[in-house]
Amino acid sequence: MDPVIYFFLFGLVAGLLRSELKLPSALYDSLSIFLLLAIGLKGGQGLATQPLLPLLPQIAAVIVLGVAQTLIAYAALKTLFGFDRPNAAAMSAHYGSVSVATFAVAAAWLASREIEVEPQMAILLAVMEIPAILIGIVLARGVSRDTDWKSLGHEAFLGKGVTLLLGGMAIGWAAGPEGLKPIGGLYFDLFKGVLALFLLEMGLIVSRQVNELKRRGLSLIVFGVGMPLLSAGLGLATGHLLGLSVGGVTMLTTLAASASYIAVPAAMRIAVPEANPAVSLAGSLGVTFPFNILLGIPLYHWMATQLAGATP
Amino acid sequence: MSAMHTEKRTLLTVFTEASIEQLLVRDMDRMGVRGYTISDARGKGSRGVRDASWDEARNIRIEVICARPQAEELLAHLQARYYSNYAMVAYFSEVEVLRPGKF
Repeated sequence: MDPVIYFFLFGLVAGLLRSELKLPSALYDSLSIFLLLAIGLKGGQGLATQPLLPLLPQIAAVIVLGVAQTLIAYAALKTLFGFDRPNAAAMSAHYGSVSVATFAVAAAWLASREIEVEPQMAILLAVMEIPAILIGIVLARGVSRDTDWKSLGHEAFLGKGVTLLLGGMAIGWAAGPEGLKPIGGLYFDLFKGVLALFLLEMGLIVSRQVNELKRRGLSLIVFGVGMPLLSAGLGLATGHLLGLSVGGVTMLTTLAASASYIAVPAAMRIAVPEANPAVSLAGSLGVTFPFNILLGIPLYHWMATQLAGATP
Repeated sequence: MSAMHTEKRTLLTVFTEASIEQLLVRDMDRMGVRGYTISDARGKGSRGVRDASWDEARNIRIEVICARPQAEELLAHLQARYYSNYAMVAYFSEVEVLRPGKF
């Protein structure tokens, strides 16, 4: 197992044992800023060496993917799991969107096996954060006149995550691989070490979801594992249709399977206040995030390999 | 110090979720509040422990010193708009200020 996963498990166990261990919240913020910038820079420097126009169909495809996932999750939560409208809408937005931490773990997993990934995955990561937020709001409220689209759009397009990813990508693209060399020691070579520390904090955060999980029982676990598997199937098919490499298909499948726990909760708290944020977070953080980094990523890579082998 | 001249004003203190800070700032500006102080806070209440360890569990404390009618108007707005769906505690206290023109 990858050492970064041990850091996650360490944080999880320490949290479950109610250890005194607590990382300062400013560190969590700093680490997440570092990871977002590093992912953006890495994608941007790759894009500097290739034309950008062929990316448009891929961007369109992942927008459709995000919308479809949100609608499927909403329908499932309402009909199969008995969620009311605001809670189903808020939770489906979490599952239609993506998790940067899961993306970072997948990137480290693929890099340690020397599997190539297309540089535009960072763009697709930024793009996939957004549509689910807007669809979730429409599902919760309908399209009413008193919806403050201006501030919601601001929240969705200029949130911390998207801003840093796109900013990092622009810098990486403008500087190119050669220009980034002087700062590569910090952003690329240390990436995995920083990710390990970040995952330690994630383990502590996930351990706090246990009480909510106990209260909700099995249904949240069933949805938290079932939904990413379904989304993974959609992501796998989309990646294959777009003609991505095995690494790229693995990455897109992981993105589809991941559930947001930063951008979407913040937007939903403001846009759909009736929804209980604890339920969505317990699902996306307490179940789906650990499932994806422990079992999901190897599984998605295996699926991508099988699909590539079946249709050479 | 007995000769010091002070006037009474109302201090409105609000504890709530950091996620709605921008909404509240906009509300206060719109309602003509002349000044406020916002600080980070952590604690425990009916919505569980909010220990500020990351974004979702972050709380803030807002303090506004103003004339009683404006404080009441602001609190009524908070109650109508936010009380039912957000973690929020708010109260008035009487304070004495030196420069009443500021508040």
